[in-house]
Amino acid sequence: MITTALFLAFAALLVGCSLMVILHRNPVTSALFLVLAFCSLAGIYLLLQAEFLAMVQVIVYAGAIMVLFLFVIMYLNLKRDVEDGMPHVLRRFVGWGIGALLLIEGAVYFGRRWALGATLPEPAPTVGNTAAIGQILYSRYLFPFEITSVLLIVAILGAVRIVRGRVAPVTPPEGSS
Amino acid sequence: MSQLAALWSHPDFQFVFWALVKILIILHAMLGVVSYLIYAERKVAGHMQARTGPNRVGPMGLLQPAADVLKLFFKEEFIPDGANKVIFHIAPMLAVIPALVTFSVVPFGPTDAFRVTDINVGLLLFLALSSLGVYSITLGGWSSNNKYALLGGLRSSAQMISYELAMGLSTIGVLLLSGSLSLVDIVHAQEKMWFAVYQPVAFVIFMITAFAETNRAPFDLPEAEAELVAGFHTEYSSMKFGLFFLGEFANVLSICCIATTLFLGGWNGPWLPDSLKFLWFFAKLSVLVFFFIWVRWTYPRLRYDQLMDLGWKVLLPVSILNILVTALVVFWRGQG
Repeated sequence: MITTALFLAFAALLVGCSLMVILHRNPVTSALFLVLAFCSLAGIYLLLQAEFLAMVQVIVYAGAIMVLFLFVIMYLNLKRDVEDGMPHVLRRFVGWGIGALLLIEGAVYFGRRWALGATLPEPAPTVGNTAAIGQILYSRYLFPFEITSVLLIVAILGAVRIVRGRVAPVTPPEGSS
Repeated sequence: MSQLAALWSHPDFQFVFWALVKILIILHAMLGVVSYLIYAERKVAGHMQARTGPNRVGPMGLLQPAADVLKLFFKEEFIPDGANKVIFHIAPMLAVIPALVTFSVVPFGPTDAFRVTDINVGLLLFLALSSLGVYSITLGGWSSNNKYALLGGLRSSAQMISYELAMGLSTIGVLLLSGSLSLVDIVHAQEKMWFAVYQPVAFVIFMITAFAETNRAPFDLPEAEAELVAGFHTEYSSMKFGLFFLGEFANVLSICCIATTLFLGGWNGPWLPDSLKFLWFFAKLSVLVFFFIWVRWTYPRLRYDQLMDLGWKVLLPVSILNILVTALVVFWRGQG
Protein backbone atom coordinates (compact mmCIF):
# COMPACT_ATOMS: atom_id res chain seq x y z
CA MET A 1 0.00 0.00 0.00
CA ILE A 2 2.76 2.38 0.98
CA THR A 3 4.75 1.30 -2.07
CA THR A 4 1.85 2.07 -4.42
CA ALA A 5 1.26 5.47 -2.83
CA LEU A 6 4.96 6.33 -3.08
CA PHE A 7 5.08 5.16 -6.68
CA LEU A 8 2.12 7.34 -7.61
CA ALA A 9 3.67 10.33 -5.85
CA PHE A 10 7.07 9.91 -7.51
CA ALA A 11 5.51 9.22 -10.92
CA ALA A 12 3.29 12.31 -10.71
CA LEU A 13 6.27 14.41 -9.62
CA LEU A 14 8.40 13.00 -12.45
CA VAL A 15 5.82 13.70 -15.15
CA GLY A 16 5.02 17.15 -13.75
CA CYS A 17 8.67 18.16 -13.51
CA SER A 18 9.50 16.83 -16.95
CA LEU A 19 6.68 18.90 -18.42
CA MET A 20 7.90 21.99 -16.58
CA VAL A 21 11.40 21.48 -17.98
CA ILE A 22 10.17 22.08 -21.51
CA LEU A 23 7.33 24.50 -20.71
CA HIS A 24 9.10 27.02 -18.47
CA ARG A 25 10.66 30.05 -20.16
CA ASN A 26 13.50 30.63 -17.71
CA PRO A 27 16.46 28.30 -18.41
CA VAL A 28 17.59 28.19 -14.77
CA THR A 29 14.14 27.16 -13.55
CA SER A 30 13.96 24.54 -16.30
CA ALA A 31 17.29 23.12 -15.19
CA LEU A 32 16.09 22.99 -11.58
CA PHE A 33 12.96 21.11 -12.59
CA LEU A 34 15.22 18.66 -14.41
CA VAL A 35 17.13 18.13 -11.14
CA LEU A 36 13.85 17.42 -9.37
CA ALA A 37 12.86 15.04 -12.18
CA PHE A 38 16.13 13.12 -11.74
CA CYS A 39 15.53 12.89 -7.98
CA SER A 40 11.99 11.53 -8.43
CA LEU A 41 13.34 9.04 -10.97
CA ALA A 42 15.81 7.95 -8.28
CA GLY A 43 12.82 7.44 -5.98
CA ILE A 44 11.21 5.12 -8.54
CA TYR A 45 14.47 3.18 -8.87
CA LEU A 46 14.43 2.74 -5.09
CA LEU A 47 10.92 1.31 -5.23
CA LEU A 48 12.19 -1.19 -7.82
CA GLN A 49 14.92 -2.20 -5.33
CA ALA A 50 17.64 -0.76 -7.55
CA GLU A 51 19.20 1.26 -4.74
CA PHE A 52 22.67 1.49 -6.30
CA LEU A 53 21.22 2.87 -9.52
CA ALA A 54 19.12 5.34 -7.52
CA MET A 55 22.09 6.76 -5.63
CA VAL A 56 24.31 6.91 -8.71
CA GLN A 57 21.49 8.67 -10.53
CA VAL A 58 21.49 11.42 -7.90
CA ILE A 59 25.30 11.63 -7.63
CA VAL A 60 26.01 11.70 -11.36
CA TYR A 61 23.02 13.46 -12.90
CA ALA A 62 21.61 15.68 -10.16
CA GLY A 63 24.87 16.31 -8.33
CA ALA A 64 27.45 16.61 -11.08
CA ILE A 65 26.04 17.04 -14.59
CA MET A 66 23.23 19.45 -13.68
CA VAL A 67 25.58 21.56 -11.55
CA LEU A 68 27.79 22.02 -14.60
CA PHE A 69 24.70 22.81 -16.68
CA LEU A 70 23.65 25.48 -14.21
CA PHE A 71 27.20 26.74 -14.12
CA VAL A 72 27.16 27.32 -17.87
CA ILE A 73 23.67 28.86 -17.88
CA MET A 74 24.62 31.30 -15.13
CA TYR A 75 27.98 32.10 -16.63
CA LEU A 76 26.38 33.02 -19.94
CA ASN A 77 23.61 34.77 -17.99
CA LEU A 78 20.82 33.48 -20.22
CA LYS A 79 17.58 35.19 -19.31
CA ARG A 80 15.44 33.77 -22.09
CA ASP A 81 15.72 31.09 -24.72
CA VAL A 82 18.32 32.25 -27.15
CA GLU A 83 16.91 32.61 -30.66
CA ASP A 84 19.05 31.11 -33.36
CA GLY A 85 18.90 31.75 -37.09
CA MET A 86 16.28 29.12 -37.89
CA PRO A 87 12.84 30.52 -38.83
CA HIS A 88 10.17 30.00 -36.20
CA VAL A 89 7.78 28.00 -38.42
CA LEU A 90 10.52 25.65 -39.52
CA ARG A 91 11.65 25.08 -35.95
CA ARG A 92 8.15 24.23 -34.84
CA PHE A 93 7.74 21.85 -37.77
CA VAL A 94 10.96 20.02 -36.95
CA GLY A 95 9.99 19.82 -33.27
CA TRP A 96 6.55 18.35 -33.94
CA GLY A 97 8.04 15.94 -36.48
CA ILE A 98 10.64 14.54 -34.09
CA GLY A 99 8.08 14.40 -31.28
CA ALA A 100 5.59 12.44 -33.40
CA LEU A 101 8.34 10.06 -34.53
CA LEU A 102 9.36 9.36 -30.91
CA LEU A 103 5.74 8.83 -29.89
CA ILE A 104 5.11 6.31 -32.67
CA GLU A 105 8.36 4.53 -31.92
CA GLY A 106 7.52 4.34 -28.23
CA ALA A 107 3.97 3.11 -28.88
CA VAL A 108 5.16 0.34 -31.20
CA TYR A 109 8.05 -0.74 -29.01
CA PHE A 110 6.30 -0.67 -25.66
CA GLY A 111 3.10 -2.09 -27.12
CA ARG A 112 4.96 -5.18 -28.24
CA ARG A 113 7.35 -5.67 -25.34
CA TRP A 114 5.45 -4.62 -22.26
CA ALA A 115 1.74 -4.49 -22.97
CA LEU A 116 -0.30 -2.85 -20.21
CA GLY A 117 -1.17 -5.31 -17.46
CA ALA A 118 1.90 -7.44 -18.06
CA THR A 119 3.79 -8.25 -14.89
CA LEU A 120 7.09 -6.65 -14.05
CA PRO A 121 10.08 -8.96 -13.71
CA GLU A 122 10.56 -10.20 -10.16
CA PRO A 123 12.89 -7.90 -8.21
CA ALA A 124 16.21 -9.30 -7.07
CA PRO A 125 15.63 -11.83 -4.26
CA THR A 126 18.10 -10.32 -1.81
CA VAL A 127 18.32 -6.66 -1.00
CA GLY A 128 21.69 -5.38 -2.15
CA ASN A 129 22.49 -5.41 -5.83
CA THR A 130 25.65 -3.29 -5.66
CA ALA A 131 27.89 -6.35 -5.53
CA ALA A 132 25.90 -8.01 -8.32
CA ILE A 133 26.31 -4.96 -10.57
CA GLY A 134 30.04 -4.88 -9.84
CA GLN A 135 30.49 -8.55 -10.65
CA ILE A 136 28.59 -8.42 -13.92
CA LEU A 137 30.29 -5.16 -14.96
CA TYR A 138 33.78 -6.59 -14.49
CA SER A 139 33.08 -9.98 -16.03
CA ARG A 140 30.46 -10.18 -18.77
CA TYR A 141 30.46 -6.50 -19.68
CA LEU A 142 34.15 -5.85 -19.13
CA PHE A 143 34.88 -4.96 -22.75
CA PRO A 144 32.09 -2.36 -23.18
CA PHE A 145 33.05 -0.96 -19.79
CA GLU A 146 36.68 -0.49 -20.77
CA ILE A 147 35.74 0.92 -24.17
CA THR A 148 33.51 3.50 -22.45
CA SER A 149 36.32 4.58 -20.16
CA VAL A 150 38.70 4.98 -23.12
CA LEU A 151 36.03 7.07 -24.84
CA LEU A 152 35.75 9.32 -21.77
CA ILE A 153 39.53 9.79 -21.62
CA VAL A 154 39.57 10.76 -25.29
CA ALA A 155 36.80 13.29 -24.61
CA ILE A 156 38.71 14.76 -21.66
CA LEU A 157 41.93 15.05 -23.67
CA GLY A 158 40.04 16.66 -26.52
CA ALA A 159 38.46 19.23 -24.19
CA VAL A 160 41.85 20.07 -22.66
CA ARG A 161 43.42 20.44 -26.11
CA ILE A 162 40.69 22.80 -27.33
CA VAL A 163 40.90 25.01 -24.24
CA ARG A 164 44.69 25.19 -24.30
CA GLY A 165 44.69 26.28 -27.89
CA ARG A 166 42.36 29.20 -27.23
CA VAL A 167 43.26 30.73 -23.88
CA ALA A 168 46.66 32.24 -23.16
CA PRO A 169 48.24 30.62 -20.08
CA VAL A 170 47.54 32.59 -16.90
CA THR A 171 50.68 33.87 -15.23
CA PRO A 172 50.40 33.82 -11.43
CA PRO A 173 51.07 37.12 -9.65
CA GLU A 174 54.55 38.07 -8.46
CA GLY A 175 55.96 36.28 -5.43
CA SER A 176 53.83 33.14 -5.67
CA SER A 177 55.27 29.68 -5.76
CA MET B 1 -11.43 0.74 19.04
CA SER B 2 -10.51 -2.67 17.65
CA GLN B 3 -9.91 -1.07 14.26
CA LEU B 4 -7.49 1.37 15.88
CA ALA B 5 -5.73 -1.50 17.62
CA ALA B 6 -5.48 -3.36 14.31
CA LEU B 7 -4.00 -0.30 12.65
CA TRP B 8 -1.53 0.11 15.52
CA SER B 9 -0.28 -3.46 15.26
CA HIS B 10 -0.01 -3.34 11.45
CA PRO B 11 3.71 -3.76 10.58
CA ASP B 12 3.66 -0.93 8.00
CA PHE B 13 2.17 1.45 10.53
CA GLN B 14 4.64 0.40 13.22
CA PHE B 15 7.54 0.91 10.81
CA VAL B 16 6.43 4.39 9.75
CA PHE B 17 5.53 5.44 13.30
CA TRP B 18 8.84 4.48 14.91
CA ALA B 19 10.83 5.89 11.99
CA LEU B 20 9.03 9.22 12.46
CA VAL B 21 9.69 9.21 16.22
CA LYS B 22 13.41 8.60 15.65
CA ILE B 23 13.58 11.25 12.93
CA LEU B 24 11.92 13.73 15.29
CA ILE B 25 14.37 13.00 18.11
CA ILE B 26 17.53 13.04 15.98
CA LEU B 27 16.42 16.12 14.04
CA HIS B 28 15.84 18.15 17.18
CA ALA B 29 18.92 16.85 18.97
CA MET B 30 21.06 17.75 15.97
CA LEU B 31 19.51 21.20 15.56
CA GLY B 32 20.21 21.82 19.24
CA VAL B 33 23.80 20.68 18.86
CA VAL B 34 24.23 22.87 15.78
CA SER B 35 23.06 26.00 17.57
CA TYR B 36 25.53 25.32 20.39
CA LEU B 37 28.23 24.67 17.79
CA ILE B 38 27.95 28.32 16.86
CA TYR B 39 28.37 29.20 20.53
CA ALA B 40 31.36 26.83 20.75
CA GLU B 41 32.96 28.42 17.71
CA ARG B 42 32.65 31.91 19.17
CA LYS B 43 33.92 30.74 22.55
CA VAL B 44 36.92 28.85 21.08
CA ALA B 45 37.70 31.72 18.73
CA GLY B 46 37.60 34.08 21.69
CA HIS B 47 40.04 32.07 23.75
CA MET B 48 42.37 31.58 20.77
CA GLN B 49 42.53 35.35 20.38
CA ALA B 50 42.95 35.97 24.14
CA ARG B 51 39.34 37.17 24.57
CA THR B 52 36.53 35.59 26.58
CA GLY B 53 33.93 35.21 23.83
CA PRO B 54 30.19 35.61 24.55
CA ASN B 55 29.62 35.74 28.34
CA ARG B 56 26.71 38.14 28.94
CA VAL B 57 23.52 36.19 28.13
CA GLY B 58 22.92 33.56 30.81
CA PRO B 59 25.64 31.83 32.85
CA MET B 60 28.90 31.76 30.81
CA GLY B 61 26.91 33.13 27.89
CA LEU B 62 25.10 29.80 27.49
CA LEU B 63 21.85 31.43 26.38
CA GLN B 64 23.62 33.29 23.55
CA PRO B 65 22.35 30.94 20.76
CA ALA B 66 18.73 31.52 21.83
CA ALA B 67 19.28 35.27 21.85
CA ASP B 68 20.94 35.12 18.41
CA VAL B 69 18.05 33.17 16.90
CA LEU B 70 15.47 35.55 18.37
CA LYS B 71 17.42 38.48 16.97
CA LEU B 72 17.58 36.88 13.51
CA PHE B 73 13.82 36.26 13.52
CA PHE B 74 13.00 39.88 14.36
CA LYS B 75 15.35 41.46 11.84
CA GLU B 76 13.99 43.08 8.71
CA GLU B 77 13.84 40.81 5.73
CA PHE B 78 15.09 42.33 2.53
CA ILE B 79 14.73 41.01 -1.01
CA PRO B 80 16.75 42.89 -3.61
CA ASP B 81 15.21 44.35 -6.76
CA GLY B 82 15.43 42.06 -9.74
CA ALA B 83 16.04 38.99 -7.62
CA ASN B 84 14.44 35.75 -8.72
CA LYS B 85 12.03 35.58 -5.78
CA VAL B 86 11.14 31.88 -5.76
CA ILE B 87 14.73 30.66 -6.06
CA PHE B 88 15.86 33.33 -3.58
CA HIS B 89 13.49 31.73 -1.04
CA ILE B 90 14.35 28.13 -1.84
CA ALA B 91 18.16 28.45 -1.74
CA PRO B 92 18.55 28.82 2.06
CA MET B 93 16.30 25.81 2.65
CA LEU B 94 18.47 23.73 0.32
CA ALA B 95 21.45 24.67 2.50
CA VAL B 96 19.98 22.94 5.55
CA ILE B 97 17.99 19.97 4.21
CA PRO B 98 20.78 17.79 2.69
CA ALA B 99 22.91 18.17 5.82
CA LEU B 100 20.03 17.13 8.09
CA VAL B 101 19.00 14.18 5.89
CA THR B 102 22.55 12.82 6.19
CA PHE B 103 21.95 12.16 9.90
CA SER B 104 19.36 9.53 8.94
CA VAL B 105 22.08 7.05 7.95
CA VAL B 106 24.59 7.83 10.70
CA PRO B 107 24.83 4.95 13.20
CA PHE B 108 25.26 6.66 16.59
CA GLY B 109 25.27 3.40 18.54
CA PRO B 110 25.43 -0.38 18.07
CA THR B 111 21.69 -1.14 18.32
CA ASP B 112 18.77 -0.20 16.11
CA ALA B 113 17.59 2.34 18.66
CA PHE B 114 20.53 4.62 17.89
CA ARG B 115 19.94 5.09 14.18
CA VAL B 116 17.03 6.03 11.97
CA THR B 117 17.86 3.42 9.38
CA ASP B 118 20.63 1.17 8.11
CA ILE B 119 20.51 1.09 4.33
CA ASN B 120 22.94 -0.90 2.23
CA VAL B 121 24.00 2.15 0.21
CA GLY B 122 24.44 4.51 3.19
CA LEU B 123 27.77 5.87 2.04
CA LEU B 124 26.45 6.57 -1.45
CA LEU B 125 23.49 8.41 0.09
CA PHE B 126 25.94 10.64 1.97
CA LEU B 127 27.89 11.35 -1.24
CA ALA B 128 24.65 12.06 -3.12
CA LEU B 129 23.44 14.49 -0.46
CA SER B 130 26.76 16.28 -0.23
CA SER B 131 26.76 16.68 -4.01
CA LEU B 132 23.31 18.30 -3.76
CA GLY B 133 24.60 20.77 -1.17
CA VAL B 134 26.25 22.87 -3.87
CA TYR B 135 22.86 23.99 -5.21
CA SER B 136 22.02 26.20 -2.25
CA ILE B 137 25.15 28.32 -2.62
CA THR B 138 25.09 28.45 -6.41
CA LEU B 139 21.40 29.36 -6.52
CA GLY B 140 21.61 31.77 -3.59
CA GLY B 141 24.40 33.61 -5.37
CA TRP B 142 22.66 33.67 -8.73
CA SER B 143 19.16 34.62 -7.58
CA SER B 144 20.36 37.65 -5.58
CA ASN B 145 21.05 39.63 -8.80
CA ASN B 146 24.31 40.89 -7.33
CA LYS B 147 27.78 40.67 -8.89
CA TYR B 148 29.57 39.70 -5.70
CA ALA B 149 26.99 37.07 -4.84
CA LEU B 150 27.13 35.60 -8.35
CA LEU B 151 30.92 35.40 -8.26
CA GLY B 152 30.79 33.77 -4.83
CA GLY B 153 28.25 31.23 -6.07
CA LEU B 154 30.25 30.38 -9.20
CA ARG B 155 33.45 30.03 -7.22
CA SER B 156 31.78 27.69 -4.79
CA SER B 157 30.32 25.43 -7.47
CA ALA B 158 33.74 25.10 -9.11
CA GLN B 159 35.34 24.41 -5.74
CA MET B 160 32.81 21.85 -4.57
CA ILE B 161 32.82 19.93 -7.87
CA SER B 162 36.62 19.75 -7.74
CA TYR B 163 36.81 18.52 -4.17
CA GLU B 164 33.85 16.14 -4.33
CA LEU B 165 35.84 13.90 -6.67
CA ALA B 166 38.75 13.55 -4.28
CA MET B 167 36.35 13.02 -1.37
CA GLY B 168 34.46 10.24 -3.14
CA LEU B 169 37.69 8.55 -4.18
CA SER B 170 39.16 8.78 -0.67
CA THR B 171 36.25 6.75 0.72
CA ILE B 172 36.90 3.91 -1.73
CA GLY B 173 39.90 2.71 0.30
CA VAL B 174 37.55 2.22 3.25
CA LEU B 175 35.08 0.39 1.02
CA LEU B 176 37.79 -1.97 -0.21
CA LEU B 177 38.67 -2.88 3.38
CA SER B 178 35.11 -3.23 4.70
CA GLY B 179 33.51 -4.69 1.57
CA SER B 180 30.22 -2.91 2.24
CA LEU B 181 28.50 0.40 1.55
CA SER B 182 26.43 0.18 4.73
CA LEU B 183 27.76 2.50 7.42
CA VAL B 184 26.82 -0.02 10.14
CA ASP B 185 28.89 -2.74 8.45
CA ILE B 186 31.78 -0.29 8.05
CA VAL B 187 31.75 0.39 11.80
CA HIS B 188 31.56 -3.35 12.56
CA ALA B 189 34.61 -3.89 10.34
CA GLN B 190 36.58 -1.52 12.60
CA GLU B 191 36.05 -3.43 15.84
CA LYS B 192 39.74 -4.39 16.02
CA MET B 193 41.37 -1.29 14.55
CA TRP B 194 40.25 2.09 13.18
CA PHE B 195 40.43 2.56 9.42
CA ALA B 196 42.32 5.80 10.05
CA VAL B 197 45.29 3.56 10.93
CA TYR B 198 45.05 1.42 7.79
CA GLN B 199 44.08 4.34 5.57
CA PRO B 200 45.98 7.40 6.86
CA VAL B 201 46.28 8.95 3.39
CA ALA B 202 42.56 8.56 2.72
CA PHE B 203 41.76 10.04 6.15
CA VAL B 204 43.90 13.13 5.53
CA ILE B 205 42.40 13.63 2.05
CA PHE B 206 38.87 13.16 3.41
CA MET B 207 39.43 15.79 6.10
CA ILE B 208 40.97 18.30 3.65
CA THR B 209 38.09 17.86 1.22
CA ALA B 210 35.64 18.11 4.13
CA PHE B 211 36.91 21.63 4.81
CA ALA B 212 36.43 22.52 1.14
CA GLU B 213 32.95 20.94 0.97
CA THR B 214 31.72 22.89 3.98
CA ASN B 215 33.28 26.13 2.69
CA ARG B 216 35.28 26.59 5.89
CA ALA B 217 38.66 28.29 6.21
CA PRO B 218 41.21 27.82 4.66
CA PHE B 219 38.85 27.06 1.75
CA ASP B 220 36.21 29.73 2.41
CA LEU B 221 36.75 31.48 -0.92
CA PRO B 222 33.04 31.71 -1.74
CA GLU B 223 32.68 34.23 1.09
CA ALA B 224 36.09 35.89 0.97
CA GLU B 225 35.11 39.23 2.49
CA ALA B 226 38.13 41.17 1.25
CA GLU B 227 37.18 40.65 -2.39
CA LEU B 228 33.53 39.51 -2.48
CA VAL B 229 31.85 41.45 0.38
CA ALA B 230 30.12 38.37 1.87
CA GLY B 231 30.01 36.17 -1.24
CA PHE B 232 26.87 34.22 -2.02
CA HIS B 233 24.91 35.47 1.00
CA THR B 234 25.64 39.18 0.50
CA GLU B 235 21.97 39.99 -0.12
CA TYR B 236 20.50 37.67 2.50
CA SER B 237 19.16 39.02 5.76
CA SER B 238 17.11 37.95 8.76
CA MET B 239 16.39 34.23 9.20
CA LYS B 240 17.32 33.44 5.57
CA PHE B 241 20.87 34.43 6.42
CA GLY B 242 20.40 32.41 9.59
CA LEU B 243 19.52 29.34 7.52
CA PHE B 244 22.74 29.61 5.50
CA PHE B 245 24.63 29.89 8.78
CA LEU B 246 22.76 26.91 10.22
CA GLY B 247 23.41 24.97 7.01
CA GLU B 248 27.16 25.55 7.26
CA PHE B 249 27.31 24.23 10.81
CA ALA B 250 24.91 21.35 10.10
CA ASN B 251 27.23 20.40 7.24
CA VAL B 252 30.25 20.51 9.53
CA LEU B 253 28.46 18.28 12.01
CA SER B 254 27.22 15.78 9.43
CA ILE B 255 30.59 15.51 7.69
CA CYS B 256 32.28 14.98 11.08
CA CYS B 257 29.73 12.24 11.82
CA ILE B 258 30.63 10.51 8.55
CA ALA B 259 34.38 10.94 9.19
CA THR B 260 33.93 9.38 12.65
CA THR B 261 32.01 6.49 11.14
CA LEU B 262 34.37 5.86 8.25
CA PHE B 263 37.76 6.39 9.85
CA LEU B 264 37.54 6.60 13.64
CA GLY B 265 35.63 3.41 14.38
CA GLY B 266 32.21 4.97 15.00
CA TRP B 267 30.80 3.84 18.33
CA ASN B 268 33.61 1.29 18.97
CA GLY B 269 35.49 1.76 22.22
CA PRO B 270 36.43 -0.07 25.40
CA TRP B 271 34.66 -0.35 28.79
CA LEU B 272 31.18 0.99 28.08
CA PRO B 273 28.18 -1.37 27.63
CA ASP B 274 26.36 -1.37 24.29
CA SER B 275 23.67 1.00 25.51
CA LEU B 276 26.27 3.67 26.35
CA LYS B 277 28.63 3.17 23.38
CA PHE B 278 27.11 6.21 21.70
CA LEU B 279 29.16 8.27 24.17
CA TRP B 280 32.31 7.13 22.35
CA PHE B 281 30.78 8.31 19.11
CA PHE B 282 30.08 11.73 20.54
CA ALA B 283 33.53 11.97 22.12
CA LYS B 284 35.22 11.34 18.75
CA LEU B 285 32.75 13.67 17.05
CA SER B 286 33.56 16.49 19.51
CA VAL B 287 37.29 16.13 18.85
CA LEU B 288 36.74 16.39 15.10
CA VAL B 289 34.42 19.37 15.43
CA PHE B 290 36.94 21.12 17.68
CA PHE B 291 39.58 20.42 15.02
CA PHE B 292 37.37 22.17 12.43
CA ILE B 293 37.07 25.26 14.62
CA TRP B 294 40.76 25.18 15.51
CA VAL B 295 41.82 25.13 11.85
CA ARG B 296 39.48 27.98 10.97
CA TRP B 297 41.07 30.32 13.49
CA THR B 298 44.62 29.21 12.67
CA TYR B 299 45.13 29.19 8.91
CA PRO B 300 44.83 31.98 6.35
CA ARG B 301 42.75 31.59 3.20
CA LEU B 302 44.22 30.02 0.07
CA ARG B 303 44.35 31.92 -3.21
CA TYR B 304 41.94 30.63 -5.86
CA ASP B 305 44.52 29.12 -8.24
CA GLN B 306 46.27 27.46 -5.29
CA LEU B 307 42.93 25.94 -4.26
CA MET B 308 42.32 24.51 -7.73
CA ASP B 309 45.91 23.27 -8.04
CA LEU B 310 45.65 21.49 -4.69
CA GLY B 311 42.38 19.82 -5.63
CA TRP B 312 43.21 18.63 -9.13
CA LYS B 313 46.98 18.22 -9.11
CA VAL B 314 47.58 16.89 -5.59
CA LEU B 315 44.50 15.44 -3.88
CA LEU B 316 43.01 13.70 -6.93
CA PRO B 317 46.18 11.85 -8.06
CA VAL B 318 47.10 10.94 -4.49
CA SER B 319 43.64 9.51 -3.78
CA ILE B 320 43.76 7.45 -7.01
CA LEU B 321 47.21 6.16 -6.02
CA ASN B 322 45.82 5.30 -2.59
CA ILE B 323 43.05 3.22 -4.18
CA LEU B 324 45.60 1.39 -6.33
CA VAL B 325 47.85 0.55 -3.38
CA THR B 326 44.91 -0.49 -1.17
CA ALA B 327 43.45 -2.68 -3.92
CA LEU B 328 46.83 -4.36 -4.43
CA VAL B 329 47.23 -5.05 -0.71
CA VAL B 330 43.68 -6.38 -0.39
CA PHE B 331 44.22 -8.60 -3.44
CA TRP B 332 47.57 -9.83 -2.09
CA ARG B 333 46.19 -10.72 1.30
CA GLY B 334 43.19 -12.39 -0.30
CA GLN B 335 45.61 -14.62 -2.23
CA GLY B 336 47.75 -15.61 0.77
